[in-house]
Amino acid sequence: MNLGPVTHPWRRALLVGASSGIGAELARQLGAGGCQVALVARRREELDALAAHIDAAPGEGRALVYPHDVTHYDGVPDLFRTICHDLGGLDLFIYAAGVMPRIEADEYSFGKDRSIIEVNVLGAIAWLNEAAQRFERAGAGTLVGISSVAGDRGRRGNPAYHASKAALDTYLEALRNRLGRLGVRVVTIKPGPVDTPMTRGMDRLPFLVSAEVAATQTLDAAARGVRTAYIPSRWRPIMFVLRHIPSPIFQRLDL
Amino acid sequence: MSSSPAARPRLVPVTSATPPLPLDHLEPVSAWGGSSRVLSWVYRPTTAGGIEEAFALARARGLSVGLRGAGQSYGDAALNAENVCLDLSRMTRILAWDPSTGVITVEPGVTIRQLWQYTLEDGWWPSIVPGTMFVSLGGAAAMNVHGKNAFKAGTLGEHIHGFELLLPTGERRTCSRTENAELFHAAIGGFGMLGCITSITFSMTRVHSGLLDVEAIPTRTLDEMLDVFEQRHATADYLVGWVDGFGTGTSLGRGLIHQANYLAAGVDRQPAQTLRTAHQELPPTLFGVFPKALMWRAMRPLMHPPGVRLVNAAKYHLSARQGRHHYRDSHVGFAFLFDYIPEWKRAYGPGGMIEFQSFVPAAEASRVFGAQLVRAQRAGIVPYLGVLKRHRTDPFLLSYGVDGYSLAMHFQVTAANRARLWALTQDMGTVAHEAGGRFYFAKDATFTRQTLADYLAAERFQQFRALKAACDPTSLLQTELYRRLFGTD
Repeated sequence: MNLGPVTHPWRRALLVGASSGIGAELARQLGAGGCQVALVARRREELDALAAHIDAAPGEGRALVYPHDVTHYDGVPDLFRTICHDLGGLDLFIYAAGVMPRIEADEYSFGKDRSIIEVNVLGAIAWLNEAAQRFERAGAGTLVGISSVAGDRGRRGNPAYHASKAALDTYLEALRNRLGRLGVRVVTIKPGPVDTPMTRGMDRLPFLVSAEVAATQTLDAAARGVRTAYIPSRWRPIMFVLRHIPSPIFQRLDL
Repeated sequence: MSSSPAARPRLVPVTSATPPLPLDHLEPVSAWGGSSRVLSWVYRPTTAGGIEEAFALARARGLSVGLRGAGQSYGDAALNAENVCLDLSRMTRILAWDPSTGVITVEPGVTIRQLWQYTLEDGWWPSIVPGTMFVSLGGAAAMNVHGKNAFKAGTLGEHIHGFELLLPTGERRTCSRTENAELFHAAIGGFGMLGCITSITFSMTRVHSGLLDVEAIPTRTLDEMLDVFEQRHATADYLVGWVDGFGTGTSLGRGLIHQANYLAAGVDRQPAQTLRTAHQELPPTLFGVFPKALMWRAMRPLMHPPGVRLVNAAKYHLSARQGRHHYRDSHVGFAFLFDYIPEWKRAYGPGGMIEFQSFVPAAEASRVFGAQLVRAQRAGIVPYLGVLKRHRTDPFLLSYGVDGYSLAMHFQVTAANRARLWALTQDMGTVAHEAGGRFYFAKDATFTRQTLADYLAAERFQQFRALKAACDPTSLLQTELYRRLFGTD
């Protein structure tokens, strides 16, 4: 075990959904901060490229890659154990996997909705359950879920996506209530639009931030152990107002 | 998986037919000093058969096994993250005791506390004890511990007649100076990497009283302290020097020596009384009123450099004012200073503490320890406690013994100083190593493969490697310390 210097408070991190977007940027920043990072995502090529980038960067950060589809729920417990063994421990777990297929205003696609729930909710629960169980035993650790401002209100655009993020928010809140008193931090990250492949080609992206900024703010919030962080933070008052607009009025707004 | 130094390959490929270890065996395990904390699959066998079962359990899953006694090593010597931790603290039977010869056979989990409580009323005290009575004999043998009488009685290994060693291959070896002598001299001090001691036989020291004659000797400098040690070590039974790490300039290394001697037969006219366990117990309160269980909390607000500087200065000046003086103390009271304040390490705060101890030849002690203290002060990380002891050489393979001195220093670890502290220990280690210094696994938390290769003679290193390969061909036995210093290849 190398007990040498690191700039982040964590030495070993596991990142699910690491191949692109905020996840990839989180991986780079954790690696640059001296963390050993396990990268989990479906696409091996992207993971290998990312790992090569992290390993080549100066500093002690190193990456291990584990190709895995988060909807293969049965494989999660074994893979989680393998990763903890390979890393020699675990201090930080981040679930950053998420999908948001394009849904037309008049479209009702169970196929798309199902994939949203499977990745954004069931995959998250499969992984977070493992991490939560471990951190509960350790009496330490930080769990981070990348949710979205979309979870705060059911808007008309993509019903299943909003529902999935609301479910993730509530699940994380419940985990926090379970584990908070045991010394485990559970952090809900709620970004607004972030410039990633997920949002590419979409119009109307207020307060758009880069994946780099989103990742920096995510790690900062996780290090401070805040319960819920909006990214950027101006979304907090905006969502506060939006959450409190009565449904009859909300329904009439073009949101 | 991409190749990377972070990857810890399993020992054998795991087949999916092997069920994983049950989660309720996954427990947090800490370095005693609190500077690192890991999760391990912890098993606590009570018999040699149980140890073999745990070996098999780990082997089937490609996991390594780290042996742990009472978990009193300051650093990572008894940690094995994400693998099996074999905690021997339930193997606490005393197997044979002969009060006419003072020879005792115990299981590895028996502690020094259990030992003296068992033998003292018969007039026998453990020949070697460290500063705490909570260490296990198995761990103490694996580390080859020493005490304040190291210059006279050597290390624990010198009092060991023999032991039973269970090898990871399942073979059992009886080791003594005449049987498997090479293994005997390597497993003592071999930090649990060659096999698991399942029983151990050693001799105790005859005492004629439960009391010791103690003399306190304040010393104004490190050199004065070394002079007193040189004058006294021929006649003293125990010698230990407390060093105030905050002393600078002409006060560098100022401190207080305690010398203790056994009472000759007949001096204590009521030996049966003073040898009683009840006579030896440490006081339940400090300064007569303060419950000792709460003491670490009371110390916590003082555990920063200005606070410790003040406390140390007060202690030094009070003892200097009192001057040299004699008194009598119980064996327990003199030997186990660290046990006066239960959980004192917690006073160091959430980052914990580490100890740094180097052993250098007598002629180099003044220069090396002076330089180490100055370097620590310059780095702004002053040791809160310094302890000087006299040593001698011993015949064990991974011996840290020198005909000289050791200075042990306690450092507080914080998130802010950790990197600088690790660098400081490398720096202090280099100073000691260049003077022919040696190091001690029970205390170490920071050294690297390079440090070990530098100071351990190449042939000793190779001989240990060869024994490891013979006793444990699959490297089943591993700890964090082993991987840090010896690598897994």
